[in-house]
Amino acid sequence: MDTSMLFILLQAPLYLGTLRLMVPITLPAIGEIITERSGVVNIGLEGIIMLGALASVYVGYFTGSLLLALLAGILAGVCVGILHGIISVYLGGDQIIVGVGVNVFAYGLGVITLYLSWGTFANSPLIPDSARVPDLHGISPFVVLTFMSGVTAWYLLERTSIGLRLKAVGENPKAADAAGINVFRTRFVATVIGAVFAALGGTFLGLDWLASYTRDISAGRGFIALAMVVFSKWNPILAILSGLLFGFFFALSLTIPSGIIPDQLVWSLPYAATLLVAAGFFTKTRAPAAIGKPYRRE
Amino acid sequence: MRTCDDLRNHLRPVVESSLSLLAGFLAGGIIIWAAGFNPILFYEALIAGAFGDIYSTLNTLSYSTPLILTALSFAIAARASLFNIGAEGQMYFGVLAAVSIGAFIALPSVMHQLCIITLAILLGGLWGAVAGWLRVSRGVNEVVSTIMMNFLALYLVNYLATYVFYDPLQAYKTKSILPSAELPLMVPGTDLSLAFLLSIATAMALYILLWRTPLGYEIRAVGLNPSAARYGGIDVKRTMITSMFLSGATAALAGAFEVMGRFYYTDTGLSIVRNMGFDGIAVSLVGRNHPIGIILSSIFFAMLKTGIQAVQRSTSVGGRTGVPLELGLVVQGIIIIFISIPEMLDLIRRLRGRREV
Repeated sequence: MDTSMLFILLQAPLYLGTLRLMVPITLPAIGEIITERSGVVNIGLEGIIMLGALASVYVGYFTGSLLLALLAGILAGVCVGILHGIISVYLGGDQIIVGVGVNVFAYGLGVITLYLSWGTFANSPLIPDSARVPDLHGISPFVVLTFMSGVTAWYLLERTSIGLRLKAVGENPKAADAAGINVFRTRFVATVIGAVFAALGGTFLGLDWLASYTRDISAGRGFIALAMVVFSKWNPILAILSGLLFGFFFALSLTIPSGIIPDQLVWSLPYAATLLVAAGFFTKTRAPAAIGKPYRRE
Repeated sequence: MRTCDDLRNHLRPVVESSLSLLAGFLAGGIIIWAAGFNPILFYEALIAGAFGDIYSTLNTLSYSTPLILTALSFAIAARASLFNIGAEGQMYFGVLAAVSIGAFIALPSVMHQLCIITLAILLGGLWGAVAGWLRVSRGVNEVVSTIMMNFLALYLVNYLATYVFYDPLQAYKTKSILPSAELPLMVPGTDLSLAFLLSIATAMALYILLWRTPLGYEIRAVGLNPSAARYGGIDVKRTMITSMFLSGATAALAGAFEVMGRFYYTDTGLSIVRNMGFDGIAVSLVGRNHPIGIILSSIFFAMLKTGIQAVQRSTSVGGRTGVPLELGLVVQGIIIIFISIPEMLDLIRRLRGRREV
């Protein structure tokens, strides 16, 4: 290893960057774990991240209010969650196709909004300081939120009756239905919660990390989050750990100055790692039994 | 009576696809209206721009070429119940095949094109087959693997274009392919090259493969019911890998043809073909994963593209202040979301019934 490479690995910004860059992948992954544990797959995370970022930056830019901007981001998540929930839970539609549609729609809407609001195809101007998320002792509150959400989600899933019911719906909806659990409502709520987490990941990108909206703002993070769900065996605590790992790769690809290693190789790292992990070269996993299958009462 | 039911069963997907298209257009109209334009004038200009005269019509057909191929790519995998989102990355390998052999190896014409096509099929096919293998032997969902592989393909081809196949005079692009590797234009003064006919031929070939050969039967059997197919003696794993190979190979043709018949080079960032692989998903879904449906729906989506470009140029609907090309993506996204709703006709009927009560 090059000495300059070693130098980079010893620098504090790399690890502070890791903490921040884990947020926009870990929050969506935690949400998706909740959704998938109930038996619903949401491949539209990428689009929801974009819409969360877009809504929060738009409102933040024009009102200057952090509170309104945060609410707008969350609202975007709620809306897509309701849409996905209605189609995939109540109408029994194809969950993958809805998600693909959301991704395409979100990307297009983002670019159109950039053009119509700011006359650009690349990135919006910075939002006013009053709408930015302030750091607490050098750490973003979103980092704290991510850790807390992971622990809370784990507690709810593994230690409460709510979590037990959610998992029953995802493993054996028929039995859960017979036991008096409302399969449709449980899945619907889990879908909306998952979408809100994804939107929060986007809100972090828009109000904290970039303080603006860019056309490629999510840069595949929604898809990485999907792979992280598999990697962490549908366990929110492990999702935090894998978030730290992938955050580290992202931070590394930003810190290594170009010229030492080809940029393309560095950019590939998170995706190659995801692929290897998903292929189970490090660990064996099992998905919830009823995942992706619409439930119909006979 | 039976023929009547048959007809109804055939018409049903057509009506449902049309309803989705209509919904997409309506939603697009709302956005156009919100942006301060007259949606009716906008759509008039769009259709005139895409089919107004013979040249624009031929250009629209030309833009449908890559969509036909990436949509077929999606459809072959979908017929084996695989959701290949990797046409995008598999397509990049076709671009790679075209610029590497096309610009750096001198061969007689025809031979030259055939070599490019063969390499494209091999590279794209293998890249697709890897995702198929990961699915059947490592249990990796193809949705996850193909998305990751899209990024890897992008950076790999981007690297090779930047450091190996670049044009020393203009570093933003690769060297242009030799004239012997080009696909000739069918009508001078338009963009319509032989690639269009080749993509229609590919659609026909895949139609025959899927419905008239044992392999096609196996692919469809696996898609309809994998466990029944296994009882029937079909090697499900091998069939899935094969369909992913065919899927990747078809997507790679799209990339190769765009270089050979339209641009003759690629920029190092591959923006000449970006997103066409993803566009294929919508085209195939609207075309109900059927080669004939795909040809029709790719012409529709090509119209969206050439039409919006024409609107951007036209002065009657706002000219340069008009809406960006990405409006097409918004419409496309809404169409896909509507396509995902099952038995839309029944749903409408039920809602109507409820209102009557």
